Amino acid sequence: MSRNASAFNSVLGWARKFSLFHYPFVTACCGMEYMSAACAHFDLDRFGAGWTRFSPRQADLLIVVGTVTEKLTPVLQTVYRQMVDPKWVIAFGACAVSGGIYDNYAVLQGIDTVIPVDVYIPGGPPRPETVLDGLIKLQEKIQKQDQDWRWRKRRS
Amino acid sequence: MTTRLQSEARRESLLLNMGPFHPAMHGTIRIMLEIEGERVRNAEVEIGFLHRGFEKTCENKTWFNLLPYTDRLNYVSPLLNNLGYALAVEKLFGVEAPARARLIRVLLGELSRIADHLTCVAAMAMECGAFTVFLYNIKAREFIWDVIEATTGARMTTSYIRIGGVRADLHPGWREATARAVAETRKVLKDVRGLLDANPIFLKRTRDIAVISPERALAYGWTGPCLRSTGIAYDVRRAHPYLDYDDFEFEIPTGERGDNFDRYLVRMREMEQSLRIIEQAASKLGASPPAVMAASVEPAAAIEASRSRRERRPIRLSPNLEGSEKAVSEDILAAGPWAAPPKEDVYSSIEGLIRHFQFFMKDHGIRPPRGEVYGAVEGGNGEVGFYLVSDGSDTPARVHLRAPCFHIVAALEELIVGLYLADIIPTFGSLNMIGGELDR
Ligand code: SF4
Repeated sequence: MSRNASAFNSVLGWARKFSLFHYPFVTACCGMEYMSAACAHFDLDRFGAGWTRFSPRQADLLIVVGTVTEKLTPVLQTVYRQMVDPKWVIAFGACAVSGGIYDNYAVLQGIDTVIPVDVYIPGGPPRPETVLDGLIKLQEKIQKQDQDWRWRKRRS
Repeated sequence: MTTRLQSEARRESLLLNMGPFHPAMHGTIRIMLEIEGERVRNAEVEIGFLHRGFEKTCENKTWFNLLPYTDRLNYVSPLLNNLGYALAVEKLFGVEAPARARLIRVLLGELSRIADHLTCVAAMAMECGAFTVFLYNIKAREFIWDVIEATTGARMTTSYIRIGGVRADLHPGWREATARAVAETRKVLKDVRGLLDANPIFLKRTRDIAVISPERALAYGWTGPCLRSTGIAYDVRRAHPYLDYDDFEFEIPTGERGDNFDRYLVRMREMEQSLRIIEQAASKLGASPPAVMAASVEPAAAIEASRSRRERRPIRLSPNLEGSEKAVSEDILAAGPWAAPPKEDVYSSIEGLIRHFQFFMKDHGIRPPRGEVYGAVEGGNGEVGFYLVSDGSDTPARVHLRAPCFHIVAALEELIVGLYLADIIPTFGSLNMIGGELDR
């Protein structure tokens, strides 16, 4: 990468990490903690992720909050496919990470079996501080990653 | 697969699919609609997107180990689910929690109920566009959760109310924290009512929308605030008193019309009553102080002492051994074989350790008598009932949950037919559908 390109890469990373529009895929209990994290006390907005978009087509960040069951799996996949690149995924809570305490016939054992995941936030439900920590981790990742932009598609 | 709606629909009407992931509906539910212009002609509701196998899973857990699963039923008020389950099992075993534990249960249960109603009103108002109400309510909930967290160790999924009592005594400083939570909630309730009660936008979307008659509500098996909004004052706390609810003064607010607005108003007024109950419980708890604590022995010294000889004085080992003080454990846990031993006994005596194993090791757990019980409490959404069947082994033969939400959502189809499309959102919000409880 030339010097100019790498400078542009990091500027783009900086811009992207502080303007995350997120789409909460809230299914279960963890959603209550998601509400707390997004509201006044903990305030995701401080980290540039305050703008909740309730349409996957306008969002960069998919936060999968709560248990995903087998019945809901196709829905999750559809939502993921509807998002435009670049996109990131956070698995929020033990259920989204691994199925959590529900090791049975009905529950998907971790969303990473069906969609790629960038950051895992453990805990059932995770405390809002953990969520903020996960968000900061994601921002670090975005800053460091090889950005793709219009005239330079990422080599994959 | 053709659904009922598809086969019944007229050829010229438009079929619309709301959900299972509609942004304005908190929770995963699918509503299929046949619409004519903006009007809903016919509707079909599909549930089960959050079916997590609660009842089946419980059959493979011991009576004590399945408590965490009950947290996740109505996850907005986990303590009330804990309570329902604990009371049902206590009925089966024939134990009763000590007086102080019962008061603690009332106190935390009512806090939990307020959190539940706050969340419901918050979500409902937000979906009508009143985002301020959402922020205010979640703020109040945060103060309530502070109390719950400091006592139970978890903000939501507490597993705090145990069979035979509660896990630990209230945390030091609970009185100030509770008073603060009550004051903050009062303030928020006042603000919210000021914002919404006479708000023309809110009224237009809720007044006389989705009206249900008392007869229909009863026929569907509605309970809780939704039923009371139609004017029927059925509350499990009054109709079948449990704990010490007989000794508390509170009213049962009812509505008149059974519309969206009444459901909102009943919830708001119920929170005020819950605040009253909390204050009464707090003053009663003050009147019965826990057994006097020993002059404090530092943990290191206490461990040293308990190694050398049997300690007669009550030992102060918490908080690093997570639990209540030994001296208060008899205040908050029932004696006898059915209640799990307090953690302090487990860590400091061999008898306690053995009893602990008897409880928590698989195939060694406590075996209740054969039989079946039904125990119900007033949950956030109505009557939360647990129907338990015991075959005399250490795991339940059957656990069935009577989820209030299930009956309420059953009426959704009937409620929304004939309304405008936009009315579905506040209607759905006012019913307070909770996936964990609905789909189990
Ligand atoms: S991780 Fe726990 S709190 Fe979160 S959705 Fe799963 S069961 Fe509920």
